[in-house]
Amino acid sequence: MLDQVFVLLKHWLLGYSPAAIQPEVSILLTILPILLVFPVLFALTTVLERKGLGRIQNRYGPNRVGFYGILQPMADALKSLTKEDIVPASADRAVHFLAPLVLLAVAFLPYAVLPIGRNMIAANLDAGVLFFFAIGAISELSVFMAGWSSRNKYSLLGAMRAVAQMISYEVPLLLSSIAVIMAAGSLNTVEIVNKQAGFSGIFPHWYVLTPWGFAGFVLFMIAATAETNRSPFDLPEGESEIIAGYYLEYSGFKFALFFLGEYLGMFAISGLGITLFLGGWGAPLPFLTWVPSWIWFFAKLLGLIIGFIWVRGTLPRLRMDQLMNFAWKFMLPMALVVVVSAGAWRFLPQGVTRWLVSTLLLAVAYALLARGVETRNKIAKRTYRFAE
Amino acid sequence: MRQMSAAFLILAIVTMIAACAAMTLRGLVHCALALAVAFAGIGTLYLSLGAQFLGLAQLLVYVGAIAVLIVFVILLTRGGDGDASPLIPTGLPITGIVVATTILALLAWAVFHSFAMHSLGPPATPATVRELGTVLMAEYVLPLEVIGLMLTAALIGAVVVAMKEKQDTQ
Amino acid sequence: MLGLGIIKGLVETARNFLGSFVDKKRLVTVQFPEERLPVAEAARNFPFLIYDGVDPEQGLRCVACQICEKECPPRCITIEKSKDKKPDFVGKQQFYPAVFDIDVSVCMSCQICVEVCPFDAIRMDNEFELSTTDRFGGLLWTKEKLARPNEYYEAIHPTEAAEVEARRAEEKAQAEAKKQPSAVTQ
Repeated sequence: MLDQVFVLLKHWLLGYSPAAIQPEVSILLTILPILLVFPVLFALTTVLERKGLGRIQNRYGPNRVGFYGILQPMADALKSLTKEDIVPASADRAVHFLAPLVLLAVAFLPYAVLPIGRNMIAANLDAGVLFFFAIGAISELSVFMAGWSSRNKYSLLGAMRAVAQMISYEVPLLLSSIAVIMAAGSLNTVEIVNKQAGFSGIFPHWYVLTPWGFAGFVLFMIAATAETNRSPFDLPEGESEIIAGYYLEYSGFKFALFFLGEYLGMFAISGLGITLFLGGWGAPLPFLTWVPSWIWFFAKLLGLIIGFIWVRGTLPRLRMDQLMNFAWKFMLPMALVVVVSAGAWRFLPQGVTRWLVSTLLLAVAYALLARGVETRNKIAKRTYRFAE
Repeated sequence: MRQMSAAFLILAIVTMIAACAAMTLRGLVHCALALAVAFAGIGTLYLSLGAQFLGLAQLLVYVGAIAVLIVFVILLTRGGDGDASPLIPTGLPITGIVVATTILALLAWAVFHSFAMHSLGPPATPATVRELGTVLMAEYVLPLEVIGLMLTAALIGAVVVAMKEKQDTQ
Repeated sequence: MLGLGIIKGLVETARNFLGSFVDKKRLVTVQFPEERLPVAEAARNFPFLIYDGVDPEQGLRCVACQICEKECPPRCITIEKSKDKKPDFVGKQQFYPAVFDIDVSVCMSCQICVEVCPFDAIRMDNEFELSTTDRFGGLLWTKEKLARPNEYYEAIHPTEAAEVEARRAEEKAQAEAKKQPSAVTQ
């Protein structure tokens, strides 16, 4: 009952609207929760991130505004709303204005195909995963628009690097999800979640608990970090290199909109990762299925967000050529091996053989590729020459 | 004539305006962005006709990759520096009008005299991804492999050309 | 193996995060206005003038020799000698400063004025919460604001004060001893 509380609420409210406009009201009632919940989650994530990063770095995060700093996003919102909106004199005003809007529109669209709970999906498209990736590809254009319209060499450089990075990491992202699509046999997100819904003993049938699924999940998450320009792949917005990269010339609310768009993209891609690999809204243990499905989705989303914050606090930023090398020379071959391994898993009979074959394929590929990625030049031992 | 739904009307108008803008705008990058909007409009038109895979593939490939490619090409070659006004013809572009009218007439004749306008044929089975995949792998596997080889050759060629330039500059 | 370094890094960061809730060493922030770190003994910020006894006018050690005014690199000290004299701690008649101003917005806390003062009259204070909204008058400190009792000096810099006290007691004893033979011979 608690599981379906939102669906029942929607149907109850729909009953109160006149029959003529019921389709439109239904659409509105479906979209409104998405528009409300995810920006609130964004606000929460900004606080969580600052406090989490603070604790990792041996300091408190913000703790003055509200109870333990939880109202910090209010202060941030007020600040960004009241800042002066500076547009450079030689900037392209139309494109400069449109870039954050396009990014925001494109950031909200992918939530339509994520199943947030049982029967809780906004648009049950047959080619849901393809829709997700198509919309993600459009967001690169808005990044480019932002960088180019500022007429600033640094932001243009940042924009081109960002687009190059996003394009390079789309390939392993897509390939690792192809392995899942192959295993589930459908592009429909609801079906993919349903395929992962069973339990064998105490273990759920999530794809992450298979060898190819685990490797695919790791690759997917690394590619997701790179797609949303998060540390350690945040060279395009590197705060110490090119100040803010492609959103350098944006101030005040537009900057906040870019921030919002970036974080929404992060949530969306985590949501897709959860749907593809972590079993969507499914419970991890068979005796926990009484917990509502949407709580599991948000719990897993929170876990992935914590993972993002953790990685951000740990790893140094990657250089552009290291980034590209990693994508093309390590992740792409690894993703292809994941697809082959998933195929082997599907066609071998259940039992120890398919575990062994899958894992072996992945381990061999990993060992061979890892040797290629590690730095080739042996650094000679440093010798000193002292003055006589 | 079948009735045009409001969605189709809006999408068609947007696509046409974007295509006209891609021809007439002054800045090259503006033209490229308008072209991206036109691609997106065509993609959504496919989606409104029920061709899910085709529409989404159009969005993914054309807007996500080809528009970005065009924009990169403009930037990395010449046109990135400001709104250099293109060559403005003096007087009416007679040849252009003649060519455009001829093509429009041909297309209109083809559309109006095709059998699709005269008989509502049996409703086509919606092309799901599963069917597309089966057909690609069963009937059209040879063209698929040939296309794959061609794309690989193009990729290798691009890398070779780029590498050669680096050696030239060394 | 590739990735082992990353995992070790993640473990270290997690240890930092979780440890910051239990271990004081992993959370070194001091919540400033509520808690303050103890200030080191040799910490210094801006100078102040010392007076002995209870009367800031009578007990002021400064004799307006103007050495600190001349030695101050940014020249933030302004001194005007008085017309009359008053006795110092050994009994000798000395001038005193009628005006002693330090422009704190100029002072760079170099302590040169302290090093050159022959009378131990000017020393460094360690107070730093000094912000004011008055940009001009509020940052020009006069003799009244600068004068602090010797007890205050002993409280903030105990070892230095002990050394200064020992030296001054010795000088006073020597001055008394010099006066005694003349009293005896008289």
